[in-house]
Amino acid sequence: MNENFTYKMKLTDDEVAILHGSKGETMAKVMKTLVLYGDAFGAEKFVSVAGNKGHLVTSFGISVLKPVFNITQELIDAGLTVDETFSVDPRPIDYENVKCNPLQKLIFNKILYGMQDSYEAQLKKLGIMNSNAFTCTCYMDEVGNNPKKGDILSWAESSAVVYANSVIGARCNRNSGIIELFGSILGKVPAFDLVTDEGRKAKWIIEVKTTKIPEAQVLGSAIGMKVMEDVPYVKGLDKWIGTELDDKTKAYLKDFGAATASNGAVGLYHIENLTPEAVEMGEDLIVEGAKTYVIDDAELERVYKNYPVIWKDKNATPKLCFIGCPHLSFEQLGEWADRIDDECKKQGQKKVQIRTVMTAAPDVLERFKKENKAAYNKLLLRGVNLSYICPLMYMNNPLCGGDSSNVITCSNKLRTYTTARYFTTDDITKIVVKGGY
Amino acid sequence: MSKTFKGRPVVAGKIDKGEAVVSHNGVNTLATFQKTALLHDIPVLGKDYVIGSDQNNPDVYGKNLTGKVLCLPQTIGSTTGGMVIYTVAALKLAPSAMLFSQPIDSLAAAGVILADVWTDNSIVAVDSLGEDFLNAVKDGDKITIQEDGTVIVD
Repeated sequence: MNENFTYKMKLTDDEVAILHGSKGETMAKVMKTLVLYGDAFGAEKFVSVAGNKGHLVTSFGISVLKPVFNITQELIDAGLTVDETFSVDPRPIDYENVKCNPLQKLIFNKILYGMQDSYEAQLKKLGIMNSNAFTCTCYMDEVGNNPKKGDILSWAESSAVVYANSVIGARCNRNSGIIELFGSILGKVPAFDLVTDEGRKAKWIIEVKTTKIPEAQVLGSAIGMKVMEDVPYVKGLDKWIGTELDDKTKAYLKDFGAATASNGAVGLYHIENLTPEAVEMGEDLIVEGAKTYVIDDAELERVYKNYPVIWKDKNATPKLCFIGCPHLSFEQLGEWADRIDDECKKQGQKKVQIRTVMTAAPDVLERFKKENKAAYNKLLLRGVNLSYICPLMYMNNPLCGGDSSNVITCSNKLRTYTTARYFTTDDITKIVVKGGY
Repeated sequence: MSKTFKGRPVVAGKIDKGEAVVSHNGVNTLATFQKTALLHDIPVLGKDYVIGSDQNNPDVYGKNLTGKVLCLPQTIGSTTGGMVIYTVAALKLAPSAMLFSQPIDSLAAAGVILADVWTDNSIVAVDSLGEDFLNAVKDGDKITIQEDGTVIVD
């Protein structure tokens, strides 16, 4: 196996043996894939992820991904598992809290996610943490896949990778689905780009010169579209969100980062005076000749107004609102309860007038129901549904996410990948309570 | 008049006069391929070719990408990207080649490498072709690719 395969990475004797089949043909293919992947980026060696849990982006048993499930089965059949366990992105459906009509269910059950049960069985065999470990925010304390600064990770899920790199200071490349599983099985990843010191330097300086706190999802979107895959060093944001990584700031950065990653391809950002490496190294993180992008109120307004609306009827009344992509934190759920409650009082409404679903990790929802009953009851009273699903996966159903589904969201990631129309936090609060614009 | 460019073969291979589809912005893999891929198994709606479905990228939106030579700076977006490229390759829906003006990104690299190692349907991939390449190539141009990463645009 792989005898005639040439490569540039410097492998240990054990790694060479694996490449040549010492742990079986399937593991040899896993190793070959990772070596080619490392070679593509000039990695000289593998580094260990031992001691850290993995995180997989593939959480959905979608029939069209049969080729992916075939690889998964091949791994299981070869007896390969993830020693350190792993979490995975959110489940796609939750009929109890996100109700569907029979036709929508038919599409979900028979066509789209017909392999959900069999895929979850595969995940169990591979070593998933537990049955609640389905969330894009695996790094939250309630979930328990929270690495430390400097840890090397084999994760996918763009919003989780950018959070781990930027807010925690862990080290992880923007790995693709499957690659992240291979790295977790091997317990090693090729050392390149964001895993190395040099790869974590900023090629862009972002100067935030707004007159109020920028909407996290719009600011992230603007930066992502400008810098693409480069690392930005953001100045002036600490004026609005402070210099302490408390829960509120972490939630802001979660949403900001998800937008940078989905509207561009950012895997790491530094916020001056706030994120760990920026606090430690300051402007030493900026490469010579870095480009500058100035963001003021007008620039954010330009970006916001330029999002395309691809609804069939652009003026249609929204039918559904998703809040929580990435999944909301415990604190954010409480803030949304107050926000919706206040707006209902202001507008004289008893309940939201547009079906509204807020999404969070199963463990976060459990904590919220137990520890903030007042806010939980407030949301229920105002007619808001809470769920653990991935809204994007839900909207993959053409009957739930087609151009006549008229879904609105305050997530720039959901906007990017679906027909959902984006509104800022303030705008969407007014719209769901009023029942229109 | 033909123009010749030299890049680095990430997945080496030969293409003779493939048809170019050119994106001047980063191609968001999930957004571009997901609609066709998701509908693939649905009776009536499913197609045996990929129509670009990224609303934010008019260069590929609505265009048939299957079997074409996709010319782009890099891919962007969700980390499902490589898995999506691998899947469309396994389903024989992928472009025949991907030509990157910039160094290849980690998601696209994963996709073309997975397709190469785990399927019989490789996607030829050449990167670092330079900005001049992307400025020169136009939709519909005939592209010839050689194993050493030489790209000829007719």
